[in-house]
Amino acid sequence: MEEIVQAFFNWEIASEAMPIVLQGLLNTILLSLMVVPLGLINGLLLAVLAQSHRRWIRWPLMAWVDFFRAFPPLVLLILLFAGLPFAGLELNGFSCVAIAFFLNTGAYYGEILRAGIESIPRGQVEAARSTGLSATQTMIYVVLPQAVRNVLPDLLSNTLEVVKLTALGSVVAVPELLFQARQAQSVTYNATPIVMAAVIYFLILWPVVRLLSRLEHRALVLRG
Amino acid sequence: MPAIVSAKAIHKHFGTLHVLKGVDLDVAERELVFVIGPSGSGKSTLLRCLNRLEQPTSGSITVDGIDMLSSKTDINHARQRIGMVFQSFNLYPHMTALGNVTLALRKVAGKSRAEADRLGQAALERVGLADRAHHRPAELSGGQQQRVAIARAIALEPKVMLFDEPTSALDPELVGSVLAVMRSLRESGMTMVVVSHEMGFARAAADRVVFMDHGLIVEQGAPAQIFETPSHERTRAFIGQIQRH
Amino acid sequence: MSSWDRFLHTFFNLQVMEKYLPDILSGMVLTIELALAVVVAGLLAGLILALIRSLGIRPLNWLIIFVVDIFRSLPPLVVIVLIYFGLPAAGLSASAFVSTWLSLALVLMAFSEEIFWAGITSTPRGQWEAARSTGLSFSQTLFSVILPQALRITIAPLTNRTIAITKGTALGTVVALHEILGMASSAVSNSYNPSPLMMGAAAYIVLFLPVVVAARWIETKFAWKR
Repeated sequence: MEEIVQAFFNWEIASEAMPIVLQGLLNTILLSLMVVPLGLINGLLLAVLAQSHRRWIRWPLMAWVDFFRAFPPLVLLILLFAGLPFAGLELNGFSCVAIAFFLNTGAYYGEILRAGIESIPRGQVEAARSTGLSATQTMIYVVLPQAVRNVLPDLLSNTLEVVKLTALGSVVAVPELLFQARQAQSVTYNATPIVMAAVIYFLILWPVVRLLSRLEHRALVLRG
Repeated sequence: MPAIVSAKAIHKHFGTLHVLKGVDLDVAERELVFVIGPSGSGKSTLLRCLNRLEQPTSGSITVDGIDMLSSKTDINHARQRIGMVFQSFNLYPHMTALGNVTLALRKVAGKSRAEADRLGQAALERVGLADRAHHRPAELSGGQQQRVAIARAIALEPKVMLFDEPTSALDPELVGSVLAVMRSLRESGMTMVVVSHEMGFARAAADRVVFMDHGLIVEQGAPAQIFETPSHERTRAFIGQIQRH
Repeated sequence: MSSWDRFLHTFFNLQVMEKYLPDILSGMVLTIELALAVVVAGLLAGLILALIRSLGIRPLNWLIIFVVDIFRSLPPLVVIVLIYFGLPAAGLSASAFVSTWLSLALVLMAFSEEIFWAGITSTPRGQWEAARSTGLSFSQTLFSVILPQALRITIAPLTNRTIAITKGTALGTVVALHEILGMASSAVSNSYNPSPLMMGAAAYIVLFLPVVVAARWIETKFAWKR
């Protein structure tokens, strides 16, 4: 028992590692603040384009979305990080994360938003168009506000996933929370920093998980 | 009286289904034209062609001098002149009644928020719902929602109002309030094309009744003539069926 | 050589690909084994937890909710690292396969428990009452009446979530698991050529794209109204 506490909950090491770990937390937050809006914008673009009447737009779009939902984000990240240098493009870990996440999370957000847009009854669009609103105005003022409201739980859920996904940055040396924790762990030969990282992730994300649980439950019950 | 709406030789196909088989319809200013017919006769489709919610396969449509089917026409601009009221109201649930009415005023007619609110409030007063301006559609009864929908359409001061079965989705006791608004619109001189089953209203208020069946206009004339002495067999049969209710 | 040829020679080098194809294939086998192990363990554990929860024992429920919340809040990578690097400090050891499997299974367990639970609770009370009033026992009602209906609601979110989590098998690379990404990465360092990575990417597409397409199909199939 004593050993376990020493190995996982060592106070000395915890206080030593705290600054490093907190730096990592800061970077995780910054990374999330960058990546989530990027993904949302990409997703919005994909969702709106998916409403096109032209098959030659819709089908490649569907293929794109399915591809980036099927492709593991870590593989995409490594492909960019380790592969691009061979093409003469040396991107740092941070940029690779930005690109990989833009592509991957954009596809997921895109699917969620698309489902939201398509759940809005046609009558709404017809009423808006009949008063002279253009297709763009209809999308902005009538369809999207309702669509986003309808899929808010799913958007929130996906955002939670994206924040957790930032941990992947540790694989390409982005100094986010997990990376910093592992650095501290390898220096001290002690698992406490990793436990600290886990606790921090839990403390930050658990309230969102609880909120989501409630929202999802309500939505699922209503849908049934 | 010059025709403010002029539809000629309208054909509409949905895939292989030939829904409108060559329809001509002229509506004069200030006229209330009532369109009746069995379901599937194409009357709603015809109405929706008038503001190009449906694109006819062939034919021509002119409303207030504007060629509705030309690709050169700014359709959004043209639609300001045509108001439409739907069977399922189609109010925007995320906006108040006033918000519903003023959206197009602000975004299409370019009015300032203050001006739009003033005009919107006036429109709501015309339909008797000035005190509900800040309620959401979910807080209103069906009849009230439909009246807000009418206010939304008339706020833009259209030349023509199109009604697609405006009372069919309402509980019977709420129908009267909507018909009253429609009557007052008529009295103020609005040109109206109404697709509906409300025969009593037609008898009392319509200038002309048009009977459609299987994608064609079978017969049209004054209400008294169509309801009492129809010339065509099919008209007779339809009127007979309706009256039996 | 033209730049196109150079590009092909670098990224789609047939000799290098041929040399490392066996590695990638063995990586695929491992990935499939891992994914299946995760799905079976995770879904089973999630279902069991949801069933236990349906018994309605308060303190037990709180424990379940707490555990589930933990594994919904933690990034899977953190759990893998914690298990693989952490356990030795406590005198235990876990192989790369077990660490990856355990972590992904626990995460799937957490998410699937929530989904199963939502499915069970969304079935109307009336179904329980009707079944019990005809004399069916608790478990008979659960298995013959409630679960089949719950399944309809759970199928779509369940397939989505399962696919998302099984893609996490790639995370095993971080603990030197010999799955596709791991094999591809070492091949790249050994041959100083990125072609093995392209093969690895293709391997993932071959494995997961059909699954995603099948999932779309399943979703539409189960969209029938009550």
